Amino acid sequence: MSTLLKLPITPSSPFPVEEVRADFPVLGQTVHGKPLVYLDNAASTQKPQTVIDTQTDLYSTYYANIHRGVHALSERSTAAYEAVRTKVQRFIHARHPEEIVFVRGTTEGINLVAQTFGQMRVQAGDEILLSAMEHHANIVPWQMLCAQKGATLRVIPIHDSGALDLEAYENLLTERTRLVALVHISNALGTINPVRQLIAMAHKRDIPVLIDGAQAISHLPVDVQELDCDFYVFSGHKLYAPTGTGVLYGKAELLQAMPPYQGGGDMIRTVSFAKTEYAPPPAKFEAGTPDIAGVIGLGAALDYLQNLGLESIARYEAGLLHYATKALSDIPGIRLIGTAPEKASILSFVLAGVHPHDVGTILDRAGIAIRVGHHCAQPLMERFGVPATARASLAFYNTPQEIDALVRALHYVQEVFG
Amino acid sequence: MSELRDLYQEVILDHYKRPRNFGVLPQANREAQGHNPLCGDRVTVYLHLADDRVQNIRFQGSGCAISTASASLMTEVLKGKTLAQAEELFANFHELLTGAQEAGHSPEVGKLEILAGVRAFPVRIKCATLAWHTLNAALHNSFAAVSTE
Repeated sequence: MSTLLKLPITPSSPFPVEEVRADFPVLGQTVHGKPLVYLDNAASTQKPQTVIDTQTDLYSTYYANIHRGVHALSERSTAAYEAVRTKVQRFIHARHPEEIVFVRGTTEGINLVAQTFGQMRVQAGDEILLSAMEHHANIVPWQMLCAQKGATLRVIPIHDSGALDLEAYENLLTERTRLVALVHISNALGTINPVRQLIAMAHKRDIPVLIDGAQAISHLPVDVQELDCDFYVFSGHKLYAPTGTGVLYGKAELLQAMPPYQGGGDMIRTVSFAKTEYAPPPAKFEAGTPDIAGVIGLGAALDYLQNLGLESIARYEAGLLHYATKALSDIPGIRLIGTAPEKASILSFVLAGVHPHDVGTILDRAGIAIRVGHHCAQPLMERFGVPATARASLAFYNTPQEIDALVRALHYVQEVFG
Repeated sequence: MSELRDLYQEVILDHYKRPRNFGVLPQANREAQGHNPLCGDRVTVYLHLADDRVQNIRFQGSGCAISTASASLMTEVLKGKTLAQAEELFANFHELLTGAQEAGHSPEVGKLEILAGVRAFPVRIKCATLAWHTLNAALHNSFAAVSTE
């Protein structure tokens, strides 16, 4: 317990980490005979019992397809599903529930914007602005759009710390820029971008901004009205919710102006073979039967997080990150990739003389799950001159003792590699 | 942790830190590149083939201990082998890693048995076979690229 005392947590608001851990059944197991230390939260988070129970309850008692049924079960399912839209709206402080489009995840959300809004707005010779720290999901859809339209991707460089080069950003915003697409928190560096400022700079030139909130949504309170972003996308599975769920937030007037994404059921008002009239948003973007159970599970995850309190989560995680950064920095031969002053919950590193893949294998045998590789951010790895990194990413259910276990295992890696 | 010790044996770590036959082969008449998208590992295998034999072989690239040691050991056992022998070694090596074979048929396979510890780590088999798949491409095409995906 002594290590806990080193955390800068105010005594008036201790975080009940042991109680919280008990809410996540997966955390109680051993792996290779060692207590599981799950530090791969940037890839996906574990699910609390309440999320699991909520899905089981749906399937056990009131599951039916939504929106079209006139029977009791369908009404109940529909109500539960649509209630989550309002929960999401409140969670990210959107103006209207109609601004919340359910998608399969961040990747689908970005593709949707690229292939609707992007198709509508971008012409030959135009430019789309991204940062050097984007992951593939916020690069490839724009590349595809550029190829379709004869437009060009421009890349905002980053400093050696992993912080965005604001001066370069300012200069890259031109009359040719049609859209800025930026990550809120980098999945490979942990950098928290000053998105409010970045959005304001783009808006001065009437350039819309999409924020990829895949990592941010679980670590920071997000207020889309305060940010004034035009689009905000995130995945449920990184937010302690089921896989296959995600959210695209878009300003109402933009969603109304956008063409539909996929054609099919639920996105229409009337269909004849001559002409289809589309439903208003968000239905216009939600063709086909969605992940009903997943979305209802997402609602349970949001309730769970709000009970804990996002401020409280952010404060605890900041303390944990501080502790982990110090503990890892003390290991000889370690190089932390991503040391921006504003950072969240992600520790990317390389150990001298040991490939990250070997680090991952040895840690796994100690029961410690981390991610190794290029984190779907290959251009970023090139920027730092490494083929890959080892990445420990934290959640509020992690503890300083688990960081100590990570440090011990890294010392063992170095012992093996002599 | 004994499985880890089996995997990261002294010989493997030695080949990782001091890979044999590392570098470009100026007289190469075959060459192929291999890539493991999972971890970003890259390897280039250079071959000088003449009279149906591997006269010389070198490799270059960056990778984990398993892929580097496997490439290094591969170059050692292949020098002077005929094409048929090289292909047989590849097949035997693959069997060794997937557990279909316990002991080597020949002293060369015996030497490769040091990598048999990979069997306990199925996700690492691609690391151990990357150089061999790349070799295979080099044997069959003058210039080629392979991927483990």
